[in-house]
Amino acid sequence: MATLDINNVVKQFGKVEVIHDTSLSVKDGELMVFVGPSGCGKSTMLRMIAGLEELTAGEIKIGGKKVDRLPPAKRGIAMVFQSYALYPHKDVRGNLGFALRHAGMPKAEVTQRVDAAADILGLGPLMERRPSELSGGQRQRVAIGRAIVREPEVFLFDEPLSNLDAALRVHMRVEILKLHQRLKSTMIYVTHDQVEAMTLADRIVVFRDGCVEQIGTPLELYRNPANKFVAGFIGSPAMNFIDADVINGNAIHASEAIASVPSSSTKDANYTKVSIGIRPEDIQIQANGKWSGTVEVYEHLGGEAYLHVLLVDKQTVVARADADSHYRIGETVRFNVVQSKLHMFAEDGKAIPKT
Amino acid sequence: MRNNPLSSIAIHSVLILYSLLALFPLVLIAINSFKSKKGIFRDPMALPLGDLYSSKGYQSVLANGDFPLYFGNSLIVTLISLVFILLLGAMAAHALTEFRFKGNGLLGLYLILGIMVPIRLGTVALLELFVKLGLTNTLTALVLVYTAQGLPIAIFIFTEFLKSVSGEIKDSARIDGLSEYRIFFEVVLPLIRPVIATVAVFSMIPIWNDLWFPLILSPGEGTRTVTLGIQQFIGQYTVNWSAVLAALSVAIMPVLVMYVIFSKQLIRGITAGAVKG
Ligand SMILES: Nc1ncnc2c1ncn2[C@@H]1O[C@H](COP(=O)(O)OP(=O)(O)O)[C@@H](O)[C@H]1O
Ligand SMILES: [Mg+2]
Repeated sequence: MATLDINNVVKQFGKVEVIHDTSLSVKDGELMVFVGPSGCGKSTMLRMIAGLEELTAGEIKIGGKKVDRLPPAKRGIAMVFQSYALYPHKDVRGNLGFALRHAGMPKAEVTQRVDAAADILGLGPLMERRPSELSGGQRQRVAIGRAIVREPEVFLFDEPLSNLDAALRVHMRVEILKLHQRLKSTMIYVTHDQVEAMTLADRIVVFRDGCVEQIGTPLELYRNPANKFVAGFIGSPAMNFIDADVINGNAIHASEAIASVPSSSTKDANYTKVSIGIRPEDIQIQANGKWSGTVEVYEHLGGEAYLHVLLVDKQTVVARADADSHYRIGETVRFNVVQSKLHMFAEDGKAIPKT
Repeated sequence: MRNNPLSSIAIHSVLILYSLLALFPLVLIAINSFKSKKGIFRDPMALPLGDLYSSKGYQSVLANGDFPLYFGNSLIVTLISLVFILLLGAMAAHALTEFRFKGNGLLGLYLILGIMVPIRLGTVALLELFVKLGLTNTLTALVLVYTAQGLPIAIFIFTEFLKSVSGEIKDSARIDGLSEYRIFFEVVLPLIRPVIATVAVFSMIPIWNDLWFPLILSPGEGTRTVTLGIQQFIGQYTVNWSAVLAALSVAIMPVLVMYVIFSKQLIRGITAGAVKG
């Protein structure tokens, strides 16, 4: 168990800088999730922590000790990969014990640790099988087991569930959460799936184009996104954005001014245009609603339903509707928005603080 | 997979036709090796039955005391070259695909350039070099030349295959604390085993069959290979055809045995990319 500190880390591949001056720290025993769209540098960051990529600049400390010159095996980390990365010619037992045997640990202790890990993950009946004889979920479990036996200070996961089908993904997600509660070790988990991030994380780091956009607990990110990117990335369905002009301190939506959103925060600054963010659940369909639009798509998921509403100026918003409701395509609906839950973003994407 | 019986028949007839075409000369060699010279010219297509049958060819091959030596030379040269081609080829391919360094792409291109430039073009220079090194009439000379000849295609095939293998398993081994050499021997080699068989078969046959370099670099009595040894039956005025054909039939055997050993792996290697396991 240990803390992890990343200080002013920069990474370049040739001339291309893929990680810009990044600093963050992970607390002891914390499950930190790196999330962001594909290609934003999450894996590169994780591989630098693991020692698989060299840093161009900056330093990385694990448990307060500088590790960025140490080889991967000496850093006290274990990593689980998306492709499982099992040794195809070794059986499950061989895969689990390989690192320990290689490090010269006595046989009895290896067996004991391997059996303990197999017990945690329910791998007992599979011990003599080769990876090719296992299902995807079982393979990933072996890969996690291989990390557990090493009793690392920090666990690193790089999109470990991305190759699994949806149902298994949900199941394994819960298992990883349980594992974290049981081992209480520091873990860093990389994913491009914000739902995975929200459900697993103690804290989330949102990456974009090699920069950290925001760090915070899932609820902090959900309730107070620092910018439009985070607001749009976290939450499903995504937050609606409506472009509005600011006139006399009021954000006027569309030239026809169908509705206005009073805002005190824009009064002081010289904003001329803002983007209003509204989460689908903060739109209330009401017969006497102030805003109106036509139903474009009606998605019913059983327990909940979503309406895609086409506004007069051709912008679409998604609203959560009552699961018992019925709507026809093309029907006109009226709605209100929960004023206190509105988000407002300046033209550069930064959130305008609520007052 | 479509299971149309008509297309299946068509495919199989083409395959059978091709097999017959390929086997024909081999069968011709085999049946004529059991005939006397007269028998060969009187009736080349007939089976060696009745008075056509003659084991003279095999007798003269076996009576020639040097043949075991020629066989030994061919085997030594082929096997040692093969080991070098496979080992060095796989190592080079691993380095080219795994490590980022300056000139990586150019080096890779340079290493596989030999596919397009036949090594025989350099025969004169090679001969000069070996004369200077005092390596003429040695098996070492042949091993060196054949290793150089086999490496480009081996590196090409290994590189292409390794590119398709996920790098994560090597990273995983690195985290497990393996040295780069142990990663190569314990992780990469087992991964490319099916391709090794493919490369082995493709490299082995031209080496075994080669007449050019033995003739030029090591024609000495003690270093002759089988293909060169057979030449003694081909005189300037008379050719002992029975003996030539008998020797050829015998010479095919070792390659055949090796092919059978590798073939199971070979088929896996050829289909490795196509069929997802
Ligand atoms: N070995 C490499 N050489 C050059 N560029 C790379 C290499 N690895 C990753 N990149 C680039 O770095 C960026 C970040 O990649 P990565 O960390 O894999 O993203 P993510 O894991 O967030 O999807 C991408 O633009 C990718 O093309
Ligand atoms: Mg990635």
